Amino acid sequence: MLPELGHFALILALLTAASTGVLSLWGAQKNRAPWVALAKPGALALSLLVTFAYACLTWAFVHNDFSVEYVAQQSNTLLPLVYRIAAVWGGHEGSLLLWLLMLTWWTLLVRLFSRALPDTMRARVIGVLCLVAAGFLLFILCTSNPFLRLIPGVAEGRELNPMLQDPGLVIHPPLLYMGYVGFSVAYAFAVAALMSGKLDAAWARWSRPWTMAAWVFLTLGIAMGSWWAYYELGWGGWWFWDPVENASFMPWLAGTALIHSLAVTEKRGSFKNWTVLLAVSTFSLSLLGTFLVRSGVLTSVHAFASDPSRGIFILAFLVAVIGASLALFVWRAPKVGLGGRFGLFSRESLLLTNNVLFVVATGTVLLGTLYPLIIDALAVGKISVGPPYFNAVFVPIMAPLLFLIGVGPFARWKQASLPEVARLLAKDIYLAACLTLLFVLADFSLLGLRDILLVQLCFFILLSLDDHARFPNQPAGAPAGIWVKSRRILNRFWLIGVAVSVGLILSFSPLRQPVVTPLVCLGIFLACWIALTALRHFIRQARATQGNGSLIAAILKQPRHFWGMHIAHIGVAVFVAGVTVVGGYEEEKDVKMAPGDSVSVAGNTFRFLGVRQVKGPNYLAWQGDVELSKNDRFQRRLLPEKRIYHSSAMPMTEAAIDAGFLRDVYVSLGEPIDRAHPEAEWAVRVYYKPLVDWIWGGCILMALGGLIAMLDRRYRNRRTHTGESK
Amino acid sequence: MKARHQRLLLIAGALVALGLIAFLVFSALNENVAFFYSPTDVREGKAPKNKLFRVGGLVEPGSLTRQADGVTLSFVVTDNAKNIPVQFKGILPDLFSEGKGVVAQGRLNDEGIFVAQEVLAKHDENYMPPEAAQALQKAHDEATGGAAP
Repeated sequence: MLPELGHFALILALLTAASTGVLSLWGAQKNRAPWVALAKPGALALSLLVTFAYACLTWAFVHNDFSVEYVAQQSNTLLPLVYRIAAVWGGHEGSLLLWLLMLTWWTLLVRLFSRALPDTMRARVIGVLCLVAAGFLLFILCTSNPFLRLIPGVAEGRELNPMLQDPGLVIHPPLLYMGYVGFSVAYAFAVAALMSGKLDAAWARWSRPWTMAAWVFLTLGIAMGSWWAYYELGWGGWWFWDPVENASFMPWLAGTALIHSLAVTEKRGSFKNWTVLLAVSTFSLSLLGTFLVRSGVLTSVHAFASDPSRGIFILAFLVAVIGASLALFVWRAPKVGLGGRFGLFSRESLLLTNNVLFVVATGTVLLGTLYPLIIDALAVGKISVGPPYFNAVFVPIMAPLLFLIGVGPFARWKQASLPEVARLLAKDIYLAACLTLLFVLADFSLLGLRDILLVQLCFFILLSLDDHARFPNQPAGAPAGIWVKSRRILNRFWLIGVAVSVGLILSFSPLRQPVVTPLVCLGIFLACWIALTALRHFIRQARATQGNGSLIAAILKQPRHFWGMHIAHIGVAVFVAGVTVVGGYEEEKDVKMAPGDSVSVAGNTFRFLGVRQVKGPNYLAWQGDVELSKNDRFQRRLLPEKRIYHSSAMPMTEAAIDAGFLRDVYVSLGEPIDRAHPEAEWAVRVYYKPLVDWIWGGCILMALGGLIAMLDRRYRNRRTHTGESK
Repeated sequence: MKARHQRLLLIAGALVALGLIAFLVFSALNENVAFFYSPTDVREGKAPKNKLFRVGGLVEPGSLTRQADGVTLSFVVTDNAKNIPVQFKGILPDLFSEGKGVVAQGRLNDEGIFVAQEVLAKHDENYMPPEAAQALQKAHDEATGGAAP
């Protein structure tokens, strides 16, 4: 009964979405207050109906209603409850319903948090969102209805793909979808602004927190997916340039460009057309991602069983969305105007460079992802584009972008002075270069990075906080305070410290074959540079607003958007450091191990003690017992597993990972050397991954920065003046 | 007309940068594209020497052998018309099994053995890599005189 109600609710939702969308847009255009007023209850009704439908499907999963075809395909009675709930979005139909659910929730949120918006603007935004929802409802009802009955029903369902039976799956898709779908709000704002013909700072200010929210979710969703691939797939990598990863990465790149260009539009009124185009393309890329994943045109780990009609429907929808918004853009754009002018070197020009680089990066990912499809369509042959392509093009595009992160915040709006900024930042370049040099030295020596860095760390911290710009060279004879004097001494000490440690390392420490490459140096330099400039900007800004209070208090009093920006940028630095170090220094060994054998990577010794059989709720497993020790000291036992799930007889590798702040070590069982004697020798894979957790830590910092920026006070003003007028 | 000069400079710089990036992207794409060949194609000498490519088909049942080191494996990929021996050092994916579809990426060595750097088997036991499926279909069509469209 409930599945039928759910189906019925979806049909009602389609009617609600279509009527609310059309009427509120028409009403806003023709200034008909009653129609405009429809938007609010329409959004509420739509979200209630879809939530109800979603709850019905979840109920069918929880109660093992295998007379529903989708449930029978995705779940069975042995599956633990939490995975039965997560299995709702384990397949194509359910994940689309989740997409829709997220969309209606975003619409509801817009309805709830839009008191600052004029009624017509709100009606337009909700109207656009409702039309998008109507498109998806039509898609679900026509091609991918999850409520279809299976007649006759079956007693037991199939298995949810064992790959997906993991806490990672419970979180990854909802986060990712919140991000994907969230960009629909930015899109709706852009389209609504185009319709009203009023693209102004107020529009950018309304749009910013929503775009930021979507970006935060997408960042977390991608990071979560990457982490899941790392520990669950047993491949040990964190990014594979898989087409579906690319499908989520493209909206992220475009969305990152969008949040930066929105900043210019809000502060200076420039880039308006550009911002609108970015908003449209970010959402289009989200749709394209959905199309690529759902249509099965791409071979990928994520590809669901393909059905051509679905692909064609999404493609048509995509064309409609892009076509309609571009047509609107062409019609309206000439009226928009250019906004404030800016100089060749200014905050605007730097952000423009940022945007161009992000768009180019998006384009290269798009090309690499679609190229095999184009070649296939032209019948030239079948090809695949591998990670080397993406790595080769990404480094040269990203390196200048990362460097500019350090420069941007110091450049003034409108017109900045290049010599002034260069003078300000010369010391950071010098410091970052010194740190990189130390890193290289540590690579050559057996002393270890930690010992060397500890010696230097205190000097660095003190020095990097010292701001020459505020304390220009003291005129000769002027009385120097004790603080200035002591810093001068420290300055000298620090240089001596560097010289002495370099000397010590070169003369005493045993040297080893270095691993370091120019690329690693570049990565370390950029990571240090971003972190140092962010710190400097913080302190500079705090000093400027300090007055008579303490520096700490001034730092804490900085506005949230400022905090958010720097936390996110420091997140980028952490991420870059992680990527660089894990790329340059990871070690991997595949070996045959009999019980009692040992293998070492990077000073970590793994002793294989054998395997035993263990039973899980819905699987049987061979569990390896591995003793991890470092320098002959026992660290811990690691228990990697090879599972066989009952209902699919599909083997699954569960890696055992000892995670740490500075490194992960990772063991996974390959297969028994002799299948007839699985208790004897096994092929075993061991990894040493330095700083790998910094990759996801950096992403979390980026998302945290976005969250803080989003909560900035100025977005919470009840009604802005520009918003009131009209 | 300083502003105009500045703008010209900016546009020229942007064009040079874009040209550079385009060159970079297309040369990278050219170098890193792996074409797909069926075992029949490889036997007929269509596959390139000393260049990375992919080969796909079924793993011939009973062909999987392990060398003494335990992690170097040999198996035969077939499209039911022609065979090609494949060598791989490392750990095979969970879903690799004899009689099932597989795609391997690597190079052909002088002895005609395909040395794989990467072996792909997909994440569902009923799923056949489309390239492998197509190779089988093609070989089948040729065997039956290409009657079936």
